[in-house]
Amino acid sequence: MYRNNMTRKQIERAFAERSAADERLLQSLQNCDRRHFLRTSLKFAGMAAAASLVPSHAFQLVNVASAAAAEGASPGVAFQFAYVSDSHLYARGMTHRFARAAAKAVADVNALDPQPDFVLFGGDLAQLGRPDELALGQQILKDLKPPVRMMVGEHDWYLDLGEKWKEMFGPDHYSFDHKGIHFVVLNSVVEKDFWTAKGYTPEQRMAIVSGLDDSRQSPFEVGAPQREWLKQDLAKIDKKTPIIVFSHSPLYKLYRGWNFWTDDAELVQAILKPFQTVTVIHGHTHQLLTNRIGNIQFHGMLSTAWPWPYAPEGLPAYTVQMFRPDPFNQFDGCGDGSVDVLVKGRVDKHYNFWSRNPRIVTAKELAGNSLPGGGNQGPSY
Amino acid sequence: MKRTLVAGSLLLGSIALGMLGVFAGGPSDVESARRGLVGAPDEWASRAVWACDQRKLVIVEGVRPDERIPPDKAQQVADVLMDLMRFCNEEITVRIGMNQMMTVAANGRVYENYVPGGPLPIVKASFGEPTPRELSIWKAELDKLVAEGDRLFHSDEIGGNGVACAMCHPNASNTHPETYPKFQTQLKKVALLRDMVNWCILNPLEGKELPPDDPRMQALEAYILAQRSGKPLDVGKH
Repeated sequence: MYRNNMTRKQIERAFAERSAADERLLQSLQNCDRRHFLRTSLKFAGMAAAASLVPSHAFQLVNVASAAAAEGASPGVAFQFAYVSDSHLYARGMTHRFARAAAKAVADVNALDPQPDFVLFGGDLAQLGRPDELALGQQILKDLKPPVRMMVGEHDWYLDLGEKWKEMFGPDHYSFDHKGIHFVVLNSVVEKDFWTAKGYTPEQRMAIVSGLDDSRQSPFEVGAPQREWLKQDLAKIDKKTPIIVFSHSPLYKLYRGWNFWTDDAELVQAILKPFQTVTVIHGHTHQLLTNRIGNIQFHGMLSTAWPWPYAPEGLPAYTVQMFRPDPFNQFDGCGDGSVDVLVKGRVDKHYNFWSRNPRIVTAKELAGNSLPGGGNQGPSY
Repeated sequence: MKRTLVAGSLLLGSIALGMLGVFAGGPSDVESARRGLVGAPDEWASRAVWACDQRKLVIVEGVRPDERIPPDKAQQVADVLMDLMRFCNEEITVRIGMNQMMTVAANGRVYENYVPGGPLPIVKASFGEPTPRELSIWKAELDKLVAEGDRLFHSDEIGGNGVACAMCHPNASNTHPETYPKFQTQLKKVALLRDMVNWCILNPLEGKELPPDDPRMQALEAYILAQRSGKPLDVGKH
């Protein structure tokens, strides 16, 4: 196409022709069926990853698809937001493995083109709720280009019962509207006082709560005051308005032993039940996790720090389990992701695994009567 | 624990002589033969004392069958019988030698020598069906080790960067101790559980390897295995 003896003008013309051809190809890709395009792009991403041609997460390819849809080439995606969750930072500088991982997620989000409308931080910014840990987290998240919506996790909360976190990031529960969706952010990690009677210090209380399998703590709950607030917040919302709820713990009962659990889940679900389209996006479980209860679809978020194993019982039949992470690879089973909010208010949930092909759990596959996870009785490994 | 047992058995033993219905049994064939020896020295003499269940026998050497057992020795006999009665229902023979050495035998096999002042042999004498008390002692000892392993597994003290084992392995899940030894592909060799524990200490925890016989390694292994109790052994499984 380009020859050594071309004039500057000839080169420019050739370049313009080439660009037009590229543009036509891109347009045709955008016009093709979104599902088909996604599948194709994922396939290429996988092939490319297998051949070590590109960083194996192939995040960009997936988002070309989303962008195409968002620009109206395909009906479907109204807008996109990204998520980073469960960074569990220690105040040990930016060389600590968890700080590096959180920064990696920030870089991922900043590389999204087009940029998501906002970023949800899913809670557990700190490991032991310390002000220096929260400050490090704030510093890392400051680099995010899109606006950030913060949610609190138990690791942020139980040193000073949220005092510092609220001072830095604002209220622990709130709602906002964005492009026709009503978003609700909850603090679902409220625990009944188990510390006063035992005389635990704030540090001991925090250490107990930070132990996933520490049975001295209470179960998580949203609690009566927040449930009342939620009722009032939703009272003015039309029942046809799609609702997306962010909660740190899953708003259902999966496994009490690890607080993969919200004790008043049924009561919260009852408040959400009158609404036609409800999605809950939660952190805490550090794994691909999918569920549906009536009109509510549930999606977990990945952690940047480490993956949890699946709980020994309670795995929803809607969950198609993720792979067993390789402990020899720090980033395996970890990652971040994004959420395509569809025109009708449901979501397609992207899991951007850092060292595997991405997985997308679509609203469509959760809508039918089939159970994608089949007879899940517990972890397959 | 053992000290308490000795004290306890002494206390009970002082009441036991009357309570237990201890009585002298008839001489055995061997003893009859010995009695036949004219002018036999005392060390050839022995006297059998049975507990009321007819299953526990104490043979006191150096005392003739028709002779009174000296009070201190009688006390010792009562103590031992009392403990045997409390601890199990098996047939047990204890021989108290001239040198005060006590030998405990069950099913015809010498089980253990007992040095007076040392731990009671009965603590370790598991013959047949263990008693609730034996079980509680063994469980307490095991629990102590498992609890230490539990503490270390959840603590940042064996690592160097704040990370603890339980952060990736709540309840030791996903450790699969029952599948070791196995060829650990990432290590390119057959690994024992402790090799993987050390790999985790070195890498995600950024700490220092533990020697295999380090009490902390033993405690960690105890905790991990205890969490998977009941899982079938499946060596080499991937």
